Amino acid sequence: MSNKSDPVISGVGQSAVGKFVDRSPLLLTIDAIKEALDDAGLTLADIDGVSTWPGRVETMLEMAPVGCDDVIEALRLNVTWYNGAYETAAQYSAIGDAVAAVRAGWARHVIAFRTISQGSARKKPEEFPSVHPKGIAGVMANTLPYHAYSAANWVAQYASRHFHDYGTTREQLGQIAINARRNGALNPKAIFREPITMDDYLAARMISSPLCLYDCDTLSDASTVVIVSAADTARDLRNIPIRIDAVAQALPGRYTWDQPVEPACYPTARRLWELSDYSIKDVDIGQLYDGFSFLTLQWIEALGLCPIGEGGRYLEGGHRIARDGEFPINTNGGQIAAGRTHAFGYVREAVRQLRGQAGETQVDRDMKVCVTGAGGGPLSMAMLLARD
Amino acid sequence: MATRPRPRLTPLNRFYWEAGREGVLKIMQCRECGTWIHPAAPICPSCLSENVAPQPVEGTGGIYSITVNYQAWAPGLDVPYAIARVALDGVDGVLLTTNIVGDGAVEAAIGDRVQVCFEEQDGIWFPLFTRAQEDKR
Ligand SMILES: [Zn+2]
Repeated sequence: MSNKSDPVISGVGQSAVGKFVDRSPLLLTIDAIKEALDDAGLTLADIDGVSTWPGRVETMLEMAPVGCDDVIEALRLNVTWYNGAYETAAQYSAIGDAVAAVRAGWARHVIAFRTISQGSARKKPEEFPSVHPKGIAGVMANTLPYHAYSAANWVAQYASRHFHDYGTTREQLGQIAINARRNGALNPKAIFREPITMDDYLAARMISSPLCLYDCDTLSDASTVVIVSAADTARDLRNIPIRIDAVAQALPGRYTWDQPVEPACYPTARRLWELSDYSIKDVDIGQLYDGFSFLTLQWIEALGLCPIGEGGRYLEGGHRIARDGEFPINTNGGQIAAGRTHAFGYVREAVRQLRGQAGETQVDRDMKVCVTGAGGGPLSMAMLLARD
Repeated sequence: MATRPRPRLTPLNRFYWEAGREGVLKIMQCRECGTWIHPAAPICPSCLSENVAPQPVEGTGGIYSITVNYQAWAPGLDVPYAIARVALDGVDGVLLTTNIVGDGAVEAAIGDRVQVCFEEQDGIWFPLFTRAQEDKR
């Protein structure tokens, strides 16, 4: 199955992660870059590409505080390709577009990063002004006026409909959070390290029904870096290269959270299997977006772990997704326990697991292939990562 | 209740946000093939005709999905409140995100019948929905 021209992940790195980290977003980014370079055995002189999602966005600095230009300036990087943009498929666009650039020969070692400052923005809102001149435009203009401020509200619409159509229950959905907290207890970097029980879950306060507190990740300060490198550099790397077997995205006609279209993760996953020789049966482990637990359920269905509508029953009892189960997911605690790294944390964990370097969170079995999916609603991107 | 975030008015969407002035909900529709276009766009996605225009609609419908929000995301926000997606009668392929307001709003459920009402704020008439009489419990 190995395609020798596939770009590889040569290194991963991450800053401190917390509900509030007293360090600027740019310095967090550089912390993560340094760790990733060290992990890969590369230096700044090797880097010729920079990529991020969604770039620096002035209307949502808490979500998007650092752009490619900031990093290139700060480190005086000599690049032959860079890209930071919001009108792309999802958080993983920063990685997927780097894969395309490396394939095209535009760069050989690309720093792909995702930095987020939602923790600091809550503590020091004046430093992260969110400005919407002349009112809300675009996809949110028909949503925000109804005090539907949070993605929790948007995701809850899908969840309530799924509960209604398929009989999905809170007890079933709760297994995502229980699994995350159980895994987070093993992760020294996790924000929440105490396991929760089903009783805790069912007693938790509602955020946006049927999603309760434990169904939601926590706003964080974090930066995570993934270095995407050309296949022919693999032999010079310090660490085990992880091949990027396939990257998929899809958007079914409408960029919207609220209209009656299939969430983008479903066509994205179908596309992923078209682009790869692997099938879901070949995959050992999953790192599936849990910014809200219901999104994980959608990825489970989309990837074909169970038929559409059966996600709740698949989760029942929680044994399938546990670290000793048939398909372990979110082995570092996901975002629910380890903080909103906005998807890049799953790639870091996938790489560490496949290399056998995940430390306390290492799953004790020989694993070759990990699937990871990020996003919700119209945002969606998935990747297959392999250790050959 | 807290002030509603204001949508940016454009020549294309102004009719939608001001329709409540006359107490009638309007949705953009293609004059050639009847396709409903929401949010409003200058071209029909089905037949590519540019002959599109706001069309008054009944303003009744059913709740397609609903969440009750308990988190006070902003100062002055009175919780809990219901946010729903409403499927309008006779308007295929369109859901309106909105608030269910009035008696029994937070007890509303998928499938409940609802009726549009409007809340004006600084020249914008936000379409909200109340539960139809027979559905109140
Ligand atoms: Zn038409």
